[in-house]
Amino acid sequence: MSKKRVGRRTVQLDAPPSILSFAAIGGKLEKQGPLAACFDELCEDSFLGEKTWEKAESRMQQKTVQTALDKAKLHAGDLDYIFAGDLLNQCIGTSFGLREFEIPFFGLYGACSTMGESLAMAAMSIDGGFADRAAAITSSHFCTAERQYRMPVPYGNQRSPTAQWTATASGCCILGREGEGPFVTHVTCGKIVDKGVTDVNNMGAAMAPAAYDTISAFFKDTKTKPSDFDLILTGDLGELGHSIVRGFFQRDGVDMSKNYLDCGMLLYDREKQDMHAGASGCGCSAAILCGYLLPGLRAGKWRRILFAPTGALLSPTSSFQGESIPGVCHAVCICTER
Amino acid sequence: MDYLKAFLCGGILCAIGQILIDKTKLTPARILTGYVVAGVLLGAVGVYKPIAEWGGAGATVPLTGFGFSLAKGVEKAVAEQGWLGVFTGGLTATAGGIAAAVIFATLMALLFRPGDKR
Repeated sequence: MSKKRVGRRTVQLDAPPSILSFAAIGGKLEKQGPLAACFDELCEDSFLGEKTWEKAESRMQQKTVQTALDKAKLHAGDLDYIFAGDLLNQCIGTSFGLREFEIPFFGLYGACSTMGESLAMAAMSIDGGFADRAAAITSSHFCTAERQYRMPVPYGNQRSPTAQWTATASGCCILGREGEGPFVTHVTCGKIVDKGVTDVNNMGAAMAPAAYDTISAFFKDTKTKPSDFDLILTGDLGELGHSIVRGFFQRDGVDMSKNYLDCGMLLYDREKQDMHAGASGCGCSAAILCGYLLPGLRAGKWRRILFAPTGALLSPTSSFQGESIPGVCHAVCICTER
Repeated sequence: MDYLKAFLCGGILCAIGQILIDKTKLTPARILTGYVVAGVLLGAVGVYKPIAEWGGAGATVPLTGFGFSLAKGVEKAVAEQGWLGVFTGGLTATAGGIAAAVIFATLMALLFRPGDKR
């Protein structure tokens, strides 16, 4: 058995890689939200000066990588790998956004869990000795996601009360072998969990079992409990999914009520901004990680957090054919000390 | 008075749609087609005609009104040219609405750039 594995599903990194720099870019609604100050840049124009929203999402990814590189005083050529993905068909937001950088590229699709997946892969590739520096990035854009999963925005679709709002945001972090931290210490890769939820307007409920599965596996493997963490954050379950996860843990006698939050509940002021169940999209958890969590860890606000973004692995075709929604959740433990 | 009736009639139809969105798992697309089908059925059994007479545009402009026109067109075409009218009547009666939708949509798409939702 590998020396780096603890328990059945968790990887404990020997030399936890350091997060060297991070950047988050958001859109207009993110600017109106409570976390506006956390972003490196906020773009009022949903087109970001481009002709289409898809190009705008690519531009956002490109800007985010560039900002993260600038903050670390690095060049694209200094990165051995970039692990990246988005929500669009064939991940075009990423491939068009990152093509100019010429960084060796692993394309990922984990739906809204992509930030956890890319961060985990980057950390493991460094700890495994395959890279000195690697980047992880993902993005989402409200208008491209609507076209991808529902209807084009100009169609003017009505939203249902349990619907979440796809964030227009992007987050990137650059990891390296050495650095001042924070450090990625553990990774628990999620399984595909499907409990048969078919309601596409209620993805929080569909993903909640996956979040419970991965986080409870992490606690079991590392012999930890919620109180060992300053903060536990799931991806974008929204209000409903968050309460389902809490209920699952309560059933096991594990108290998650004190330090468990969900990225989907943080990004917007749900009352004032009429956001229904909260935010979703790859960019939501990515921007919260890169704009809120990592700076908070650096500032000493927290010392140990568990970041567990969740993804709903459906496609419009599978929904049309009446399939249920499989979920996945990847957990990454980030500490200020190695 | 006509305006008030149209407002009430259209408003009630829209309110039913809103309740369906809020309280059921129906997607907007299903509600949309459901409304058209409901209009056809109500038109076929003769319930929609009195509603349309009372509510005016409040009953004919919403999607149920489109269904009602389809049913009415089929009825007329069947009376005039026999059972072939089942296929030709609906679209003949609604041709104006469909053509207008296509033409105006094209025109708007040429004139304006799509905006964000808010």
